[in-house]
Amino acid sequence: MYVAVKGGERAIEAAHAWLAEARRGDPALPELSVAQVEEQLGLAVDRVMAEGACHDRGLAALAIKQARGDLIEAAFLLRAYRTTLPRFGASLPLETGAMRIRRRISATYKDLPGGQVLGPTFDYTHRLLDFALAAEGEAPAPAPEAPAEAATMPRVTGILAQEGLMQPEPPGDAEPPDLTRQPLSFPADRPLRLQALARGDEGFLLALGYSTQRGYGNAHPFVGEIRMGEVAVEIVPPELGFPIAIGEITVTECQMVNQFAGSKTEPAQFTRGYGLVFGHGERKAMAMALVDRSLRARELGEEAEAPAQSEEFVLYHCDNVEATGFVEHLKLPHYVDFQSELEKIRQLRATALREAAE
Amino acid sequence: MAGPAPGSTPAGPDPDEAARRRWMGVLARAGAAEIAARLDQVPPLPPHRRLRGPETGLVMARGRQGGDGAPFNLGEMTVTRCSVRLEDGTVGHAYVAGRDARQAELAAMLDAALQDPTRRDALLAAVIEPLAAAQAAAAARVAAKAAATRVQFFTMANMR
Repeated sequence: MYVAVKGGERAIEAAHAWLAEARRGDPALPELSVAQVEEQLGLAVDRVMAEGACHDRGLAALAIKQARGDLIEAAFLLRAYRTTLPRFGASLPLETGAMRIRRRISATYKDLPGGQVLGPTFDYTHRLLDFALAAEGEAPAPAPEAPAEAATMPRVTGILAQEGLMQPEPPGDAEPPDLTRQPLSFPADRPLRLQALARGDEGFLLALGYSTQRGYGNAHPFVGEIRMGEVAVEIVPPELGFPIAIGEITVTECQMVNQFAGSKTEPAQFTRGYGLVFGHGERKAMAMALVDRSLRARELGEEAEAPAQSEEFVLYHCDNVEATGFVEHLKLPHYVDFQSELEKIRQLRATALREAAE
Repeated sequence: MAGPAPGSTPAGPDPDEAARRRWMGVLARAGAAEIAARLDQVPPLPPHRRLRGPETGLVMARGRQGGDGAPFNLGEMTVTRCSVRLEDGTVGHAYVAGRDARQAELAAMLDAALQDPTRRDALLAAVIEPLAAAQAAAAARVAAKAAATRVQFFTMANMR
């Protein structure tokens, strides 16, 4: 229990004034603009949009500036802002197969239609600090260009499906559950799990995905495909009755291909773990795909004993805004609670002392 | 889609639906400044009255499980919409990603004006096609940069 305490107003005001000053840093240095955050800290913006579950680059950049670079605080700000807006509706499902590719790699096929496209990646960099970036320099030379072939590329999972070796996904256009409207309930079906994972904390999902690779859960994943690029978003406004594009967003998709030994009703085949996130978020998409697959254990008749295979454990704890709220509420005044604890401890000690003396 | 839907939709299949979808898509991808710059090249658009908005809200973006299965809710995105009516009763609509009220209103005004056959060709030529060309050129540059990062594998046989 926590009690309202009066008298802290002036201290709080002063604390917030100091926060504003600390946020600005040395005023002799130029102030960071929101546009600079958006352009030059783009992956932080992407992460805040993903975990804030709200795609708006400018708002995410503003949240990062306001939060002094604390990305979980920034996601919290974005989540709070979205509650002030009306919901116009839902989009048609994104056609990631029609993505305009910036990056597309497969670890299962070397030569595949469309090829391996590295895109703007940290992979193969030496991870040595580049002190040239510490000096103010000119803009880098434009990246090289080469004649492009087809704008879209077939999915690797489609290649396996042609051979009948990939478990098909259940088709259909059923209205998916929405955890922003109804609280989580269990058992959670896959669309609900995917929504929770898409907005889940990257670090938490990364650790869980890693745990499945290390033996906590029986995972044998291959990266069938990672693709990143732009997809059109379409809606069907009721006043029009036909679909229109409202813009394009960048997303990252990961298809993890996992062996499945088969069951009484299904032959041995590959199954999918799926990751999809706003922006360029490859680590998150991969972690999400690993955890999506591990959470399918029960429906595939596999043993489900590892943490990453427990729906309740994963879904109740993957949301960093909720987790922050509950962990940080411990900072609120618990004076009355603690007073009773104090009295209890004193009593126990007094009793023990008395008994020892007797 | 929730919310009030002002204006009327012509009954039956609209022969111009494909054309309208195209210009609405082009306008949704263009910034307010870009649209305004193209509008400087044409006679002023007819006067309009706002029916709704411009107002910003959210659309829940959906994906498909496994990329091709049943839909799931990926996350929301900000969207700004606007509906306008011309003096002759034509209604124009716009839904554009983001929070740019000016873009949404310009797009709705153009959607209304483009439905007028006497104005359409001139507006398509002066506004929509140049915007579409600029968008295609930007997409082509991205595709060309991606193509430059495509791995060209050499086997040992090739290297001999």
